[in-house]
Amino acid sequence: MFGRFLLKRIGAAVLLAFGIVVVTFALTALLPGDPATAQLGERAAADPEIVAAYMKANGLDQPLYTQFFIYLGHLVQGDLGTSLQSRNPVLTDLGQFGPASFELAVTATVIAVIVGVGLGIVAALRPDRPLDHTLRVVSLGGVSIPIFWLSLIAVFIFSTQLRIFPSSGRLNPGETPPPHITGLYTLDSLLTANWATFGSAVGHLILPALVLAAPMVGLLLRFTRSSMLEVIGNDYVRSANAKGLPPGLVVRRHTLRGALVPVITVLGSAFASLLAGTVLVEQIFAWPGIGSYAYRSASNLDLPAIVGVTLFVALVFIAVNFLVDVLYGLIDPRIRTS
Amino acid sequence: MTAAPIVDPKIEPDGLPTAPNRWSIRVRVPRAWRRPLGIAGVAIIAFWVLVALFAPLLAPFDPLAQDSPRFLPPSPEHWMGTDGVGRDVLSRVIYGAQISLPIAVVLVVLSVIVGGVIGAVAGYAGGVVDSILMRVVDLFFAFPSIILAMAIAAALGPSLTNAVVAIVVVSWPSYARVTRSLVLSLRSTNYIAASRLLGTSSARALVREVVPNVAGPVLVLATLELGAAVLLLSGLSYLGLGAVPPTPEWGAMVSDGARTFNNWWIAVFPGIAIFSIVLAFNFLGDALRDGLDPRSSKSLSDAEI
Repeated sequence: MFGRFLLKRIGAAVLLAFGIVVVTFALTALLPGDPATAQLGERAAADPEIVAAYMKANGLDQPLYTQFFIYLGHLVQGDLGTSLQSRNPVLTDLGQFGPASFELAVTATVIAVIVGVGLGIVAALRPDRPLDHTLRVVSLGGVSIPIFWLSLIAVFIFSTQLRIFPSSGRLNPGETPPPHITGLYTLDSLLTANWATFGSAVGHLILPALVLAAPMVGLLLRFTRSSMLEVIGNDYVRSANAKGLPPGLVVRRHTLRGALVPVITVLGSAFASLLAGTVLVEQIFAWPGIGSYAYRSASNLDLPAIVGVTLFVALVFIAVNFLVDVLYGLIDPRIRTS
Repeated sequence: MTAAPIVDPKIEPDGLPTAPNRWSIRVRVPRAWRRPLGIAGVAIIAFWVLVALFAPLLAPFDPLAQDSPRFLPPSPEHWMGTDGVGRDVLSRVIYGAQISLPIAVVLVVLSVIVGGVIGAVAGYAGGVVDSILMRVVDLFFAFPSIILAMAIAAALGPSLTNAVVAIVVVSWPSYARVTRSLVLSLRSTNYIAASRLLGTSSARALVREVVPNVAGPVLVLATLELGAAVLLLSGLSYLGLGAVPPTPEWGAMVSDGARTFNNWWIAVFPGIAIFSIVLAFNFLGDALRDGLDPRSSKSLSDAEI
């Protein structure tokens, strides 16, 4: 039973990943921009012989479908092309910037889940009371605030004025990063018992993570509230109340268990909104992650890099949603059959 | 085969088959608008629409003229101060409404058309067509909106038009999902079956019977998405991939002020403008969603997440 469910999910994810590859290929092949000029530079591109040799070497003289298989072959070997600005393979760049983004995204998610789900529960316990209405405004405010503007204001208040948090980077200038174990500065410094670096890394992480969490808090708050209210209306919760169980116990043992499971499903899409925010937040906090890399690539018209980032992030998104689906199926058996 | 002659003409004056033909939008607008958040949303939107309409009358200065001293803090003469080249920030914020509002509407209308048609076809045709179209929708959902928009904007070159194209590419799928699930649930209803038995073509049934019933929920989604469109557009402009200077676009203005944030007024006021209009659309959309009947509201929230 679960095996079949898992197989179906894997099939869907693989199909989706293939579609993503087709679209990114179309993006590189069909969009304006001459790859030969971009890679060789103006002078070499003026010589038709060099261009012809380059086209031949890279299979660009082949028909489009052959080019697609060449592209696919490169992808399978982990070759995402070469960035025009860093002159590194895009995969190398992604490996370098990935951990910083991962650290930021995970921290923001943890903050958002704690705050968003917590407030959602609070709102649902006393629906349509003043607190619930206030939290509704908070939730709508969270998804409405322009995140780049919030970042600027946070930097201005907490870094420039109050000097509580540093405003940019992952560590203070001059500080040596901890030895590379996972690439996450907080974890690495903790593992090597490097307390000063750990403190600095956490200090740098808090402000951007809080800002990044804001829209996700709004999303999770609203979803948790409606999920809670739906469960509270169920018969089993009513009978638990009717047989005289203490209200706290009913909430903990009956309502929360039923209500929090669907919240897992929003995590996938909340993660997507997080990724979108990453580009803006990382850029403002000078956080050396994939978002900053994507921004630099886009503004320098570095097409191989930006397409590589798009592909990478889309694949991460599919992977996250696959995990969410499987997790949901594991917890709630009804999902597997539907 | 025509089924029309079978119908007893006496039944028709009852109006039963014709009732759903009316463009009755299911949203109970009056009740929703009476909610405090709905009222606040409408008021703020009305405010910005008026500002956009009467910008030339309201703005104290020319939004592009660089004839004031630079970096003046807010004062009775320049309510929101002046920016780094001596332009009046208030006038630029006022003229910004003329850019953000119409573009947001265009964005949403384009996305509704693309997503609505694809969703309706998928839901109504069903079978293989449905599966293929929905896989395509899944595909576009998997792309991170702002990064795909960045790639498109970067490839086509930074301009407002290209930003609009990029945003439509990433925002039509939610309309397709909502429309599909609504059409799917409508398709099996008796009155659609009845109208098909009366000999209505499927295209005509889609337009006359299905569209009026789908319009309400899609309108709610569109209201919510108007806010998202303003946010995405200003985000792209902030990154320099949307409006090009010296256009008084709010996101571009925040970006301009970010370079010298000690002169906080340059970035803060356009940011408040973005925040207020997005919040207003979300207030209104939220109030309208509560006014929907539970079934459509369910398919709305399912598609949204």
